[in-house]
Amino acid sequence: MAHALREPGWYRAALGTLIGAAFGFGLVVILRLVSGLDAFQTEQTGYPQVIVPLITAPFGFLIGFGAFSYWFRWAAGKPTVPDDHSGHGATRWQDYFTFNTDHKVIGIQYIVTTFFFFFVGGLLAMLIRAELAQPGTQIVDPNVYNGLFSTHATVMIFLFIIPMFAGIANYVLPIMIGAPDMAFPRLNALSFWLLPIAGVIFMGSFLAPGGSFDAGWTGYAPLSTGAPLGQSFFNVGVQFAGASSIATSVNFLVTIITMRAPGMNLWRMPLLVWANLSTSLIVVGATPFIAGVQFMVLFDRIMGMNFFNFLEGGDVLSYQHIFWFYSHPAVYIMMLPGFGIISEVIATNARKPIFGYRLMALALLGIVVLSYSVWAHHMFVAGMFSWLRVPIMITTLLIAVPTGIKVFSWLGTLFYGKIHTYSTAMLFALGFIVTFTVGGISGVMLGMVPLDIHMSDTYFVVAHIHFVLFGGSVFTIFAGIYYWFPKMTGRMYDERLGRIHFWGTMIGTWGTFIPQHWIGLEGMPRRVADYASQFGEWNLVISFFSLILGLAQLVFLYNMVVSWKYGPKASGNPWRSKTIEWLVSSPPPTFNFDEIPRVVGGPYEYGTPGARHAIMGDEDAEATVPEPKPSSVPAAT
Amino acid sequence: MPKVPYLRLAIVSLAIGAVIAVLMIQIDWNGEAGSTAAGPIDALLDWMIIISSFVFAIVCVFLGYALYRWRVKPGDESDGLPIHGNTKLELTWTIIPTVIVLFAAGYSWAVLDDIEEVDSDPLIVNVYSQQFAWTFGYPTEGNKWSEGEFHVPVGRQVVFNMHAQDVLHSFWVPEWRIKKDNVPGITTDAVVTPDRVGTFQLICTELCGAGHSVMRAKVVVEPRKKFNRWVRGLEEEVPQGLYLTADQALEIQKQIQKAEGGIGGSGVDETTRDNVTQS
Repeated sequence: MAHALREPGWYRAALGTLIGAAFGFGLVVILRLVSGLDAFQTEQTGYPQVIVPLITAPFGFLIGFGAFSYWFRWAAGKPTVPDDHSGHGATRWQDYFTFNTDHKVIGIQYIVTTFFFFFVGGLLAMLIRAELAQPGTQIVDPNVYNGLFSTHATVMIFLFIIPMFAGIANYVLPIMIGAPDMAFPRLNALSFWLLPIAGVIFMGSFLAPGGSFDAGWTGYAPLSTGAPLGQSFFNVGVQFAGASSIATSVNFLVTIITMRAPGMNLWRMPLLVWANLSTSLIVVGATPFIAGVQFMVLFDRIMGMNFFNFLEGGDVLSYQHIFWFYSHPAVYIMMLPGFGIISEVIATNARKPIFGYRLMALALLGIVVLSYSVWAHHMFVAGMFSWLRVPIMITTLLIAVPTGIKVFSWLGTLFYGKIHTYSTAMLFALGFIVTFTVGGISGVMLGMVPLDIHMSDTYFVVAHIHFVLFGGSVFTIFAGIYYWFPKMTGRMYDERLGRIHFWGTMIGTWGTFIPQHWIGLEGMPRRVADYASQFGEWNLVISFFSLILGLAQLVFLYNMVVSWKYGPKASGNPWRSKTIEWLVSSPPPTFNFDEIPRVVGGPYEYGTPGARHAIMGDEDAEATVPEPKPSSVPAAT
Repeated sequence: MPKVPYLRLAIVSLAIGAVIAVLMIQIDWNGEAGSTAAGPIDALLDWMIIISSFVFAIVCVFLGYALYRWRVKPGDESDGLPIHGNTKLELTWTIIPTVIVLFAAGYSWAVLDDIEEVDSDPLIVNVYSQQFAWTFGYPTEGNKWSEGEFHVPVGRQVVFNMHAQDVLHSFWVPEWRIKKDNVPGITTDAVVTPDRVGTFQLICTELCGAGHSVMRAKVVVEPRKKFNRWVRGLEEEVPQGLYLTADQALEIQKQIQKAEGGIGGSGVDETTRDNVTQS
């Protein structure tokens, strides 16, 4: 036992958590007593004796778990232990519960963890729809209701969509660019383990006196600065989720920039790589803003710092400016990796090069640049200086252009192709195009100031965000999971169950979110526990379809779990794709390649006889294939 | 390269787009109209719905055609044509959407200027919002005060000056198509010219706490004479202690603290929430 407590692992992590919590608690109590204050402070915005341990305990956990062991030894100048790669790769399921540095293991850890939170968030959504099925208050009181939609959104955004994309890219991106791992494997593992910590903190807020945080996922001041203790859990949880996100994106940037296989120049990178490069550029620039603004709220709450206290010269609106300076770019953090996934799935299943590949890559960069200039479209009615509205409206509408380019390019890719619609991945990709187009259209409408004045903060907005985040991001996540499932697990999933899942999701999404446009414009505000009885019938319809949507996800869960265990064995390249991750076995060997592959052409050279994207190391090095020239065949004759 | 009936696809897209557009604009999207702003805003929405119908139809028709024409049977392992792009086409679908969104932006700007133009003689109404109630003052009518209900004359422009007392609230009368947040510490305003007599609802649209969904007030638009009678019938004046600006709020708080002997030694500012109600 004493040995288990000394070696990195779960026992030492548990001990570390206790020590960390005791340290934080003791620090607060002793400092307060020394200062002549009461040991405990139980103002609802205070509780330093809870908040400080909330920050120190996770560090205790991470140190105990071994996240910092190597760095500490290095920093202390001790001789470092040569890495025997024992913490790399997984041979049994227990290896997924260690501080593992293999990007493929970390990818699986991310994906499974974030799907867990997807079902948690989904359950919260089901509770929301159950309450809203009829006018009046039936199931939860308004306070609890406010907590439900706040945690639903927070879990889905910070613990599902954003880290899910990090997880998928973690698994496939290094192999795609011909790298043996990510640039910083230990940082990569740390990024993952910050995530369950954020999850525990968010969920822990349900146990706080006064209930879970309930000021919305946007946590607008001054509602949030005066809210019960649960709000502080949100402020702290966001720090861990945000740190995870920033560390991962630094890792992706370095990996993509420096670790591509020889021959892979920028214009030979698959679009998923372009997408993650773009996303990481947004994350490193924007995420510090939400971390900062949540600290400001926490400081207002605990230390009376008055950033947003108007009585002491604070500025209420500045919260929204800083918050949206992250949270609008965050919309693209939740969308660009999905664009990359769709490009891979469509090129492979249409057996054609991506139409307008370079413009597709440039469109991603265009979105990165524009994404920083549109934040204030969330504030058209917020009372900010009115001159800012028209410039922000113009940039907001312009961002529809690169987004439109992507949709048209996917359609162009389908033309003259050989389209395989057998795989569920392709169904989700096609369903995504149609569904996301609706979300894009309502987004343009919301971007127009006179329309936004009427639509803002109504169910129209709820409809729009779910069309772009569910019909957009989540559809792309499903496309990606089905597409790479054989690669990750070495087994095939059940296409029949996949089709049931797809159609259930499609019908559920449209049935749930289309009517929300109507009731919103007719006068139903968002974030309400109760509503005027005239909206009762539509809300019942919406709740019915949301149940279909929820049940369809159980089909998905069953398919994934059973196929992972019992599915037929998958070949290395079941979709006959060209990108490098398909040129290795399924699942790939621990270090991905015996020898780094050489890239000799574009990633989507379908239809050109003999054209190759990459040559694997074990192939005859002399058998180089002449680089195919891009075809000059015009699309239209 | 196999021929594709592009012209016919374009015509079919336009036809289907037209059918969708005609069906869609039959729907009374925004519900009843009750102000002069509603006309231009609803017309703008109708224009966007028409344009969007065509965009949606184009995407669906071309997607549908591609699936109809080039979907393969299982077992066909051949590849599609190695087409990498077409610069002219790519430029087209960059430039046309740019023109459309710039048109939308210009049109929106014109509508915005139109609906926010202030007349020479508007009626001023002060709006005070707090968890979870609305009250109203009439500064030009002897600073009369009304709780949970306000009246305005039909056909005369009204400027609302809004003052939140505690947290953010938002002022929305759906029939007027007008919305504005009430922000603690600053005065926000909204301009509206009601043109329909009737009773409407003022709805809070910014999450403000447990009572958010029931934070409503009654809005009565009535002929001028009836309005004058109503406003003269109001007995109370706006009470002292309602915040208009941050400075004023601070002054009021200082007086309260002075009377109560300070806020104690907790180091935490306790004035932010609980005490911030009108005294």
